[in-house]
Amino acid sequence: MILLLQYTLIFASVLLLVALGGCFSEHSGVINIGLEGIMVMGALGGALVMKFMPGDTSAFMMIITVVLAAMLLGAVYSLFLAVASINFKADQTLVGSAMNLLGVAGATVFVKAMNTAENVDNVSSTIQYINAKKAFLVDIGGFEFNWFMLLALLALIFAYVALYKTRFGLRLMACGEHPQAADSVGINVKKMRYAGVLISGALGGLGGIVYITAGVSEWKFENGVAGFGFLGLAVMIFGQWKPIKIALAALLFGLFRALSNVYGGIEFLSAMNIPAAVYNMLPYIISLIVLAFTSKKSRAPKAEGIPYDKGMR
Amino acid sequence: MNREKERTPLIRRSGFQSLVASLLCIIIGLLIGYIVLLMINPSGAGNAISTIIENFFTYKKPKTQLKYFGSTLVKTAPLIMCSLSVLFAYKAGLFNIGVAGQYVVGAGASLYFALAFGMPWYVCLIAAILAGALLGAISGLLKAVCNVNEVISCIMLNWISLYLVNILLSQVKEPTSPYTFVLSSANPDAVLPSMGLSSLFSKNQYVTIAIPLAVIVAILIWILLEKTKLGYELKATGFNKNAAKYCGMKEKKNLVLTMAIAGGLSGMGAALLFLTGFEQWSCTQSAIPATGFNGIAAAFLGGLNPIGAIFSSYFIQHITVGGAYVDKTMYSAQISDLISSLIIYLCGFVFFFKYALNKRLDQRAEKKAALKAENAADTEEGGEDK
Repeated sequence: MILLLQYTLIFASVLLLVALGGCFSEHSGVINIGLEGIMVMGALGGALVMKFMPGDTSAFMMIITVVLAAMLLGAVYSLFLAVASINFKADQTLVGSAMNLLGVAGATVFVKAMNTAENVDNVSSTIQYINAKKAFLVDIGGFEFNWFMLLALLALIFAYVALYKTRFGLRLMACGEHPQAADSVGINVKKMRYAGVLISGALGGLGGIVYITAGVSEWKFENGVAGFGFLGLAVMIFGQWKPIKIALAALLFGLFRALSNVYGGIEFLSAMNIPAAVYNMLPYIISLIVLAFTSKKSRAPKAEGIPYDKGMR
Repeated sequence: MNREKERTPLIRRSGFQSLVASLLCIIIGLLIGYIVLLMINPSGAGNAISTIIENFFTYKKPKTQLKYFGSTLVKTAPLIMCSLSVLFAYKAGLFNIGVAGQYVVGAGASLYFALAFGMPWYVCLIAAILAGALLGAISGLLKAVCNVNEVISCIMLNWISLYLVNILLSQVKEPTSPYTFVLSSANPDAVLPSMGLSSLFSKNQYVTIAIPLAVIVAILIWILLEKTKLGYELKATGFNKNAAKYCGMKEKKNLVLTMAIAGGLSGMGAALLFLTGFEQWSCTQSAIPATGFNGIAAAFLGGLNPIGAIFSSYFIQHITVGGAYVDKTMYSAQISDLISSLIIYLCGFVFFFKYALNKRLDQRAEKKAALKAENAADTEEGGEDK
């Protein structure tokens, strides 16, 4: 049971971070379908730091550098979306999808090139980080506490305060609801949208590194992040674009994702003898059902997905 | 109307602009790919990029070249279908990223009907179309009835269908490997007939009627979109949903129908590959086959035109296969995926490119007109002076 709780919390942290990322971007008026690719890039940044930091680095330094690298790479990668959709009015869905493919392909090419450069026979796209990963874990009586859980909580508080209690957040949301009105009172819509997308990239990147360190100690970058970016978006929609509700939704989804990792250890579940693939499907099925019931009265930002055009009314 | 069309200069024509834009996307994509190769290992980069572009031309003998040209075509057929699926849905304002999942269920249905029920190829083909259409219709219904964003529902369905098909096809797999039975020995009736096409490609047994079928479907889709009432309604719905509704079009019915047709196309695409026996399904695969996603690239690269899709699909497949030939001691085959995803990304700029081009042309035309008017005014004034 402790194991289930532990996995639920860590997967919920991933989903929370990614969904909050999506939340910032969409509140500024840009749909971020590319979160999946951003997660891959963030994961790559973090994994590289873990691989190349000297073994005697203190846990604190390790955490700081890994987190910063993941957020930085995620934010830089999200510029692909920002430039195309804000400056060039590109179709956001198309660009986002391209970023998802590009993220996986780019990371794979990079890691494979790095691996073969080290050893000609190594053509895998895997990075290992068994030892470095220990920096993130604290054992509390059988429960493996992960510092990322705390980070996710901090991100939640940050998102809530930033969106509702600061001038920046309220302005950001104005750009997603009615950019022309925001512009008319002197808010720079382009800048705000850039800010939204970049924050989204940083959070998405952080989500990526949390995801690939949850439960495993090596990652094959060819596999991307298995639709977790999209699950994050589903969590965001289920949470009605509101941080607190998103957190609750993330816990629910995290629970279903955790089941596929630990069902073997829970007696009545393993006794039912359901194939593993069913558990793998579970989060996706649940999210479809949940979306079917919650999308009708969607509270999506009104101007999301529409390139800002000053001349429009 | 016709006369006006004749007068439009070449550079003003939308089709020509799309072609230029696509070629630019290809060139820039390849260039960036080349730069990436240079960064990885400068010594072999030139060789590698030319290997990707050459694909089967790397073989010396014309006969072998022809055979591998055939293999590239075999894999192009499903890609054409997937890109048709994407562009068809896009015309109606829907982004069908579920093409990958529809492709997966198409593969599942066709192989299961062929291997478990021993059905002939045409039944398997229809089963694949229906399975894909069903999955597409689910996304369409979710959007029409429950307002679920089709991109998200499609992604969820992609993963659900991958796991479902893995479970389903595990029943018809070889006991010692994760692959499904070899089609040609388990059920020769299910193999698509070749009708002599294979002899054209140095007896490449996998070259079947799949290739002409895909081209025919592309033409049919073009006719459907351009020449029929349904096509007109779908495009109208894509332009402005509310206006279409106001005109009395049943926009919800059209939405579901669009997704069903799009799904059927991708499902058929899978059948066109797996019923040739070229590939077996691996029941342990944990990643969604890339063909569906490449369909997105091909659709946009082809300027969202069914005929353009035939050529762009071939190009995407050409470089994807070419990528497999690069020197593995230095580079990985995924460099082709990198190039094709870059091309999709660049396709996002096509709209802006056309807009900027037209604006410039307008400005130039305006200036010319103004100059003319000025000249005319000058001569008039001159006339008065005299």
